[in-house]
Amino acid sequence: MVSAYSQYAWLIPLFPLLSFLILTAVGRQLRDAGAYISIVSVFVSFVLSLLVFWERLGGQVEDYTWNNLQWLRLGDVTLTMGFEVTNLNALMLVIVTLVSLLVNIYSSGYMHGDERINVFFAYISLFTFSMLGLVISANLLELYIFWELVGVCSFLLVGFWYFKPEARAAARKAFIVTRIGDVGLFIAILLLFWFMPNHALDFSSIHNAFSGGEMPAGLTTLIAILIFVGAIGKSGQFPLHTWLPDAMEGPTPISALIHAATMVAAGVYLVARTFDIFAASPAALGVVAFIGAFTAIFAATIGTAQNDIKRVLAYSTVSQLGYMMMALGIGTAAAMTAGIFHLFTHAFFKALLFLGAGSVIHAVHTQNIHEMGGLGGRMKITAWTFGIGALALSGIFPLSGFWSKDAILSEAYRHNQALFWIGLIAAFFTAFYMSRLFFLVFAGKPRSSAEAHESPMSMTLPLIVLAVLAVAAGFAFTPFNPWLGEWLVGHTEGEHANWLVIVLSNLVGLLGIGLGYLVYVKRTVPADAISSRAPWLYRLLERKFYIDELYQTVIVRPLQGLGHLLTLFDVYVVDGAVRLASYAATGLGRAGSRLQNGQVQTYGLATLLGLVILVLALAGRRFINFG
Amino acid sequence: MSGLATPYLTLAAILFCIGLYGALSKKNAVIVLLSVELMLNAVNLNLVAFSKLGVHPGLTGQIFSLFTITVAAAEVAVGIAILIAYYRSRGTTNVNEMDSMKR
Repeated sequence: MVSAYSQYAWLIPLFPLLSFLILTAVGRQLRDAGAYISIVSVFVSFVLSLLVFWERLGGQVEDYTWNNLQWLRLGDVTLTMGFEVTNLNALMLVIVTLVSLLVNIYSSGYMHGDERINVFFAYISLFTFSMLGLVISANLLELYIFWELVGVCSFLLVGFWYFKPEARAAARKAFIVTRIGDVGLFIAILLLFWFMPNHALDFSSIHNAFSGGEMPAGLTTLIAILIFVGAIGKSGQFPLHTWLPDAMEGPTPISALIHAATMVAAGVYLVARTFDIFAASPAALGVVAFIGAFTAIFAATIGTAQNDIKRVLAYSTVSQLGYMMMALGIGTAAAMTAGIFHLFTHAFFKALLFLGAGSVIHAVHTQNIHEMGGLGGRMKITAWTFGIGALALSGIFPLSGFWSKDAILSEAYRHNQALFWIGLIAAFFTAFYMSRLFFLVFAGKPRSSAEAHESPMSMTLPLIVLAVLAVAAGFAFTPFNPWLGEWLVGHTEGEHANWLVIVLSNLVGLLGIGLGYLVYVKRTVPADAISSRAPWLYRLLERKFYIDELYQTVIVRPLQGLGHLLTLFDVYVVDGAVRLASYAATGLGRAGSRLQNGQVQTYGLATLLGLVILVLALAGRRFINFG
Repeated sequence: MSGLATPYLTLAAILFCIGLYGALSKKNAVIVLLSVELMLNAVNLNLVAFSKLGVHPGLTGQIFSLFTITVAAAEVAVGIAILIAYYRSRGTTNVNEMDSMKR
């Protein structure tokens, strides 16, 4: 079937770009209209994405690739740009545009009254453009360009309130830490460029080269690991996860859009997109799976001891991204589908949770969960939708998080029992910290004096839409309805309903919620049961395993010391040489100008001396020649 | 060349050095002019000495020195005229104060 809409997919990123250009050029004059420009442009993109998605849903539409824009000529090699529409891309397009649209609407309420609101919307538009460009890129180099662009947008938006020193520090940290990963990705691209037949970097060539087994095994593993390093940086996996919780200094809608639903998922998307390389290297798959699993449980345990509502959610994001990586690392087509599916559902319920948290923060003006409480009665919509999101994240039947988590766990159960148990324990912690968060914020008595009331319509509407999606999105891929798997990876490997896994994952989720209920509502188990008995354990969790402190002493301090040394070298040696040259020149000039004093006798003397030197030189030369 | 010219040349050199010293160090512009004349005359002495006692003796040098004396007389006349004009407008003949080109 010929694709009718896919060939126009390149239009999708252009509308946000247009909105960015308009807002940058005339944003100051627009005042309140800026939000509408941004919303409308994303809405158009969303409709286009839906058309593309709908067309591909219909059946056997072949992948559409257009990779003919010549960008750079290097000898015989031409670097091209273009776009590609596959089923995976189409799904990502819908996720990105939908979440971006809802976040745009939400922001028009949340950021109302901020005097730089149009700058904010310009950044969001730029981000949406970059993210959509990343999704439909036809080759790795183009993807890398957009990859860096989303990094820049993340930097700009985390540091949006740049007058707060923490925001500035967080923005710098986010940029620098992700750059470490980006260097890995870039080296991987260079290696691919060097070793691929015809230096091709487009995804179909990569698919052909690696699935055909033409590449040497060691090289494949190296490239896969380096690509994964890029994904680690972007998706906040251990050990480069430290930037993501700090990035919560940005405005909350940004946390929902960039640091929960879309940009951080780009790492997962990258691994899925270059999955052929990973599939050719069992060692790389193992690394992906175990880093993912470790991150999942590591971040989940930290999440239980944080007191900032957004940081709890941030660690939860890190943990869920670990889940997705773990799924991809299992290496089967079904597991990969499960990972992408988790990305899909996670985008909705995590965006929902962040936007709900933003609604709460908007109402009580604090982020400390111990200063909230009893908000359920006064913020009914926020409480209900947040509750749905929390249940979905905890993996309770029949919400979307359950189906995707169950898909991952049952694949893990079939292929790697260790991963399964790690994932199950992480699921328990997830349920526990979400119930802790929910009960502390919405249940009990108010612990703050602030008059909390429900947020405006523009903020609650996206919450409701996302809540509906958080409930419904899961039915796209269930053990009894495996069409998503067929659609995404192209062959039928139906997921087998594994009752043991279904029961266990639900049980674990309910157990976590029950424990949270006992501790924070009934208070039959004292909240300090652990912190009083093993204070070191609680401190360890609260201080996030001292990873930040470790990096501070092991990496940041020595580098700062080196920086100081280099500064000294720069000031005294490099600058010294420059100053010496400048002093010599000015001294010479000053001596010359002193000579030019207008006294004719001085000029005469100078001329005489010059003559004498000339004569001496001539005589001396002759003398030497004869001597 | 025989050593006969040496006394003339020595005298000319001494004269030239005295003139040079005067031209570079005296503060009075008139004395500076006089010193310049001394140097010119040292040159004339050389010309005459070489024309009489040089490798190719002839009248050329002597005639040339006659021209030089004439030109020097004209030059001194012009120089003195400039000095008088300068003295009238500035009221000084001190060379150190003649630096208006720089200002």
